[in-house]
Amino acid sequence: MKYLFSLPLFCCLLAPLAAQEAYLPWRAENFAIAAPLGGLQGDAARGRAIVASRERGNCISCHLLPIPEHPMHGTLAPPLFGVGARLSAGELRLRVVDEKLINPETIMPAFYRDPARYHRPHPDHATTILTAQEVEDVVAYLVTLR
Amino acid sequence: MRRVLLAAIALLPLAAPAWEQPVSGYAYLPEQMQAMQDDEFENPGMYTVEDGGTLFRAPGYNGNSCAGCHGDNGSGLDRKGIARYPVYSTRHGGPLTLHQRINDCREQHLDEFPLTYDEPELIKLETFVRHLARGEPVNVDVSGPLKPWYDSGKALYHTRIGQLDMSCHHCHDRYVDLKLRDQVLNQGHSNAFPAHRLLTGGVSSLHGKFRDCYATLRALPYEVGSEEFIALEVYLHARGNGLPIETPGIRR
Ligand code: HEC
Ligand code: HEC
Repeated sequence: MKYLFSLPLFCCLLAPLAAQEAYLPWRAENFAIAAPLGGLQGDAARGRAIVASRERGNCISCHLLPIPEHPMHGTLAPPLFGVGARLSAGELRLRVVDEKLINPETIMPAFYRDPARYHRPHPDHATTILTAQEVEDVVAYLVTLR
Repeated sequence: MRRVLLAAIALLPLAAPAWEQPVSGYAYLPEQMQAMQDDEFENPGMYTVEDGGTLFRAPGYNGNSCAGCHGDNGSGLDRKGIARYPVYSTRHGGPLTLHQRINDCREQHLDEFPLTYDEPELIKLETFVRHLARGEPVNVDVSGPLKPWYDSGKALYHTRIGQLDMSCHHCHDRYVDLKLRDQVLNQGHSNAFPAHRLLTGGVSSLHGKFRDCYATLRALPYEVGSEEFIALEVYLHARGNGLPIETPGIRR
């Protein structure tokens, strides 16, 4: 449990970061979100760090990714090698934002969903998991996985 | 044929666990932790059992002690009876957990003021009492009046909660045996509790563990002893019926 997502203390420190920005609405069409959130430009290097970070994306807790300096990757989700070749940036964006729109039964958290829709969120975490900028950074990174 | 098969798979009830036989979290522990749990002298949870034993023998407000009725070492308590908790109580009109039963005994037979749920003294007593039934298969009957609590506990188990918006069911039914980071997901059973946790270096009650699970999912936990957690306890114990009681288990 220790390594999953974050220690409560960490969350308290990080939550205000996301709280600063207002939730930006987005629109999905044909299983994709074509436009970058808030028109923001992503950065692949930052995205790579977010994907590996326990406190932020923590994608590697479920997915195998080409990030060898972190030895412990989860096996419960499909490996993401080559995902940038399989899916477009818009398709990747929707999967990061809210995978439930593709598979309502999925375990994958929605990283940028309207926080008003959470059930019993902890008050320290009543925000989106990632900021809009972080989502764009992650998408920019995923696109490079070819 | 292929298509029929696929259709059949798609029609499977979504809530069905990926496992048929309950397997204790013990099976998922590294060998040293299993050895630590098995060896009375190595198991740090035994300090809590001893503390509980001391309280068990200590006189209460009216001079009676638990030991006065149940024997110095709890030898008068029935192992099979302990393994049946939570039971339905007509007095409470609902489930009675072992924890509450101990609190009730203190109040009724020792003339003590009842303690609040999960107060350290009660956790120690519960650890002592449940340890008496170590090895006894969990045997909670939910076919009768406890059924509604089992059902609502089950619903809670399948409810997505918190910022991460997952349910207990996701990790402990669906993705059992797969890895989340470095942890292999176990079936999330209750038979080890109260359990000694290496992370905190202390014994954790089952409701304390529930609060941790909620925190992990970044959800607002219910109170220990709340109706919700008691229902969850009924469901969890019954879901693991047949597993041996391991108290005090060793867990991360
Ligand atoms: C708790 C588990 C979990 C976490 C954390 C998680 N995912 Fe997923 N993800 C899944 C599962 C399971 C699937 C498979 C499809 C499904 O269940 O909907 C998936 C599918 C995907 C897909 C589609 C893959 C394909 O080949 O179609 C992408 C892209 C993806 N995840 C990216 C991410 C990123 C990026 C992060 C972190 C910001 C992340 N995931 C975090 C569980 C997770
Ligand atoms: C994202 C995954 C995840 C979710 C969701 C989750 N758990 Fe767990 N749970 C774990 C992991 C990992 C462990 C193993 C920890 C360890 O190794 O000690 C665990 C352990 C447990 C245990 C101890 C079992 C044992 O014998 O070690 C119980 C009880 C439990 N969980 C109950 C719950 C309940 C109740 C919920 C929902 C409120 C829940 N879990 C939600 C990942 C999860």
